[in-house]
Amino acid sequence: MVTVLYLFIMKLKKVVELLNAKVITGGNRLEDEVSFGFASDLLSDVLTVDSENLLLITGMANLQAIRTADMAEISCVVFVRDKKMTPEMAELASENGLVTIESAFSMFLAIAALHDGGLKPVY
Amino acid sequence: MLFKYEVEGGNFSKAGFASGEIKKILKQINIDAKIIRRVVVALYEGEVNVVAHAVRGTVVADIDDKQIYIRIEDEGPGIKDIALAMKEGYSTASEKVREMGFGAGMGLANIKKNADWLNLSSKVGEGTVLEMKTFF
Ligand SMILES: Nc1ncnc2c1ncn2[C@@H]1O[C@H](COP(=O)(O)OP(=O)(O)OP(=O)(O)O)[C@@H](O)[C@H]1O
Ligand SMILES: [Mg+2]
Repeated sequence: MVTVLYLFIMKLKKVVELLNAKVITGGNRLEDEVSFGFASDLLSDVLTVDSENLLLITGMANLQAIRTADMAEISCVVFVRDKKMTPEMAELASENGLVTIESAFSMFLAIAALHDGGLKPVY
Repeated sequence: MLFKYEVEGGNFSKAGFASGEIKKILKQINIDAKIIRRVVVALYEGEVNVVAHAVRGTVVADIDDKQIYIRIEDEGPGIKDIALAMKEGYSTASEKVREMGFGAGMGLANIKKNADWLNLSSKVGEGTVLEMKTFF
């Protein structure tokens, strides 16, 4: 018997399109793919998530959000609620090869759009 | 190989510097990505704890072909009840720390989850020493 596991994938350019978002760093990596989404303003919680191909949706626009993503191997971070990244955040993000995008959507709307698009929750 | 970094209490903009450097080093010596993730998440939690709860500290990492040993030592208030501090959800973090996105009381439990070996010792009014090992 053969078991086939279908893993949903979404290209980052689709994420940008769904969230009407602006790419801040990693614009050359929009063909990269994510399968799961995790949304939180609490970086403590983000650090406990152990998942590959994860997209982080957060309203916590500070340097630690970038550090947290980098340490947790999260390759793309969406800043929602129209939060703007600082130049220091963008510098650290591009240094570490992270894709970062800004969306004016509320967190609820951003999550709804991504979920409707097929992105899966971690749990 | 021995590496040493200073950690400044209260300075969130520098929290994670040591973790970032250790991540680069482990990548260079071709350690498995999943192991690197576990090491640096635990180290980062430890670094953030010094920034959030202590006055100053140092991170020492000793890397050989079999393991990484990390020692995070700080001068600070120390921890009165270590068993309680290890519990998920227990936190004495200040409002300022919470505004930065931390202070859920998840860090020490997460370090325990990610490290292969952990030792936490503390003297109230003096400081805290967190040691951990991860085997390659
Ligand atoms: N280096 C330290 N010095 C003094 N107290 C500490 C130190 N590390 C941890 N603690 C104490 O232990 C508690 C629990 O630490 P833990 O890392 O689990 O959670 P937190 O730092 O409060 O929040 P989180 O890690 O989820 O952001 C802290 O709130 C603090 O009271
Ligand atoms: Mg902590």
